[in-house]
Amino acid sequence: MPSTSGTPTGSVIETSGLTKRYGKHLAVDGLDLSVPRGSVFGFLGPNGSGKTTTIRMLMGLIEPTSGRAKVLGRPMPHDTRRVLPHVGALIEGPALYGFLSGRDNLLRYDSADPTADPRTRKARAEAALDRVGLTAAAGKKAKAYSLGMKQRLGLAAALLQPRELLVLDEPTNGLDPQGMREIRSLVRELASDGTTVFLSSHLLDEIEQVCTHAAVMTQGRLITQGPVAELAAGARGRLTVTTPDTGDAARVLKELGVADLVVTEDRVTGEPPGTDLADVNAALVEAGVRVRGFGVERASLEDAFVALTGEGFDVAG
Amino acid sequence: MSRAEVTAGAAGASGADGVRAATAATAKETDTGHPAGPGSPPRPVRLAWTLGLLRSELSITFRRWRTLALLAVLAAVPVLVGIAVKIETGDGGSVGGGGPDGGGGPAFIAQVTNNGLFLVFTALAATLPFFLPMAIGVVAGDAIAGEASAGTLRYLLVAPAGRTRLLLVKYATALTFCLVATLVVAASALAVGALLFPLGEVTTISGTRISFSDGLLRALLIALVVAASLIGVSALGLFVSTMTSSGIAAMATTVGLLITVQILDQIPQLHAIHPYLFSHYWLSFADLMRDPVYWDDLVKNLGLQALYAGVFGSAAWARFGVKDIAS
Ligand SMILES: Nc1ncnc2c1ncn2[C@@H]1O[C@H](COP(=O)(O)OP(=O)(O)O)[C@@H](O)[C@H]1O
Ligand SMILES: [Mg+2]
Repeated sequence: MPSTSGTPTGSVIETSGLTKRYGKHLAVDGLDLSVPRGSVFGFLGPNGSGKTTTIRMLMGLIEPTSGRAKVLGRPMPHDTRRVLPHVGALIEGPALYGFLSGRDNLLRYDSADPTADPRTRKARAEAALDRVGLTAAAGKKAKAYSLGMKQRLGLAAALLQPRELLVLDEPTNGLDPQGMREIRSLVRELASDGTTVFLSSHLLDEIEQVCTHAAVMTQGRLITQGPVAELAAGARGRLTVTTPDTGDAARVLKELGVADLVVTEDRVTGEPPGTDLADVNAALVEAGVRVRGFGVERASLEDAFVALTGEGFDVAG
Repeated sequence: MSRAEVTAGAAGASGADGVRAATAATAKETDTGHPAGPGSPPRPVRLAWTLGLLRSELSITFRRWRTLALLAVLAAVPVLVGIAVKIETGDGGSVGGGGPDGGGGPAFIAQVTNNGLFLVFTALAATLPFFLPMAIGVVAGDAIAGEASAGTLRYLLVAPAGRTRLLLVKYATALTFCLVATLVVAASALAVGALLFPLGEVTTISGTRISFSDGLLRALLIALVVAASLIGVSALGLFVSTMTSSGIAAMATTVGLLITVQILDQIPQLHAIHPYLFSHYWLSFADLMRDPVYWDDLVKNLGLQALYAGVFGSAAWARFGVKDIAS
C-alpha cells in the first residue's frame, strides 16, 4: 500500500495528539509532531520534558495512552516489523552485553533483525565499527569500554544497515567536549548522506549547531516546531552597545526610540529601532558616548526559548 | 496517505495485536511488502534468517561464565556421589537398604557398586529435585528480565527482534539448556561410574536382566525424560521473567516457587493438589527401569509438563506482548 512517505517532502515522523500518562502525571501531553524527510530534527527540552518517552512510543516500546504515531508513513506500534529495519536508534544511552566484545555486540544486535543478511553480517559490523572509529577496540569486552566508546558502539549498532531514519536520544550525554564534537560531526556526515536524523537533546547549542529543524518541549508539551532559522528569527536580535558611559548611552538610545532597554555593567541592549543603525551610532558618538562595541546580536534559540516560555532553559520540567 | 490506512492503523494499534499481526504477516511480507520509504529497497524477512537470533542466543548463553559454572556444579554431583559410594563400600560393605525405594539415599544407589551404569540413574535422581530445576530457574528467570535490566531488551526490540519471536527464542534456549544440563549430569555420571565401578548386564527393578547396551539405551531415554520433566519449570521461569525488569528478582522468584512447590508436594494434607504440582511425577522416570516399562506416571508427568508449558507460555506471551518496555 503506497504511502505519502513516497514523496521526498513527506513526513518521516508524524504524531497527532500523542499522549503518555504515568499515573496522574502526563509524561507526554497531546504531541503533534511532524519531522520532514531529509531534515536534522532537533527535539529540544530540559530533562524530564518527555523526550525519551516520546521516542519510546515512536519505536513501539511503550503503548501511547492516546493519540497516534506514524513512522515512515506507517502506524506504530502496529507496523514495527516493517518500519524498524529502516530505523537506527539510540535510546536513553547505549546498552551492551558487557561479557561480549564490541564486535560480538554488533553481531548480536544484527542477528535480532530478521531482514539482515547473515552473509554480509560480519562485513557490515566491521564497516559500522570503522565508521565510529572503534575498529582498534572491536575485540575488547564491552564492559571495559569508556562511556564515549559505549556511546559510539551504540551508534555503530544503529548504523548496521543503511537507514532512512536515525533516532538519537541525547547521543552526546556524558561525553567530554572532544567526544561531543566527534558525535556531532558524525551526525552531520550521516545527514549529508540523506538520512533523516531525529536528535533529542537538552543542550540548546547542540541543536543550533547541527539541526535544520527543531521542536521544543517542556513538561510533556510541544511549544513550537519548525526550521531552526525561523524559530530563532521569531525572537528578534538585540541592539548591543558596549561602552563605559552606559547612562548617557541609554538616554540617547531612548531618545532614538530604542525600546526595552537593559543596562548592565558596560553594556546597553534594546530592541533595534526602525531607523538606520549607522545613524544611531553617529548619534551616540555625537553625544560624547565612548563606544567600544556596536551591533545587533543574532537571536539564538535560547532567546526564542525564553521568549516562548518566559523562563530560562535550565528549569527542569 | 489513504484515509483507510489511518483508520486501520488506529484500530489495530494495540501493542500486542501489533506484535502478533506482524508475526503472522511475516510470511506474506513479500507480496504486500512495499518498502517503508522511497530510498530503500524492500528487505523481506527470510525464514532462515530469523533463525539467526536463536543461534546468537544459544551461543551467548553457553559462552557465559554463569552457564558454565552451573553446568560445572551439575557435573560435580555425580563425581561426589560416586566417590562417596566408593569410599563407603571400599571395605566390602554395601550402601542403602535395597531397591530404588529403599530409604538409604537416592534411588538405585545400592546397585552402583555392582554396576557403574546405575550411577547415571542415581545422579539424575539426586539432581532432579533441586540442582537441575534451580539451574533452569536461573537461566529461564533471567531470560527476559536480564535483558530488561541490562537495557539490551529495548535494542533487541527495535532491531526489531519481534516480541513473539524473542520469547520463542528464549524458551527454545531454556529448553536446550534443560537438555544439555541433564546430559551433562548423565555423561559425568557414566564416566565416573565406568571409572570407579564395574560395568555389565543390568538388573531391572522387576528383576529381569537386560544387556549393557540395552541398559545404556534406557539411561539415555531416562535422561531425555528427566530433561522433559523440566519443561514446566522453564515455562514458569519465563513467565516470571516477563513480570519484572530485574534479572535477580526473576531468578530468585523462580527458585523460590520451585522450593515452595517441592515443600507443598511433601505435605500429606494437601494431597488433593499434588497431581497438579509440576514436580509431583518427576521421579516416575524410574519406571523406565521396569520390565516391561510402566507408562502411567511417565505419561502423567509429560502431560503435566505440557500443561505448564501451555499455561505459562501463553501467560508469558500475553504479558510480554503488551508490556511497556521502560527500562
Ligand atoms: N516508566 C515510567 N514511570 C513513571 N514515570 C515515568 C516513566 N518514564 C518516564 N516517566 C516520567 O515522565 C517524564 C518524562 O520523562 P522522559 O521522557 O524520560 O524525559 P526526558 O527524556 O525528556 O528527560 C518524567 O517526569 C519522568 O519522571
Ligand atoms: Mg531522556
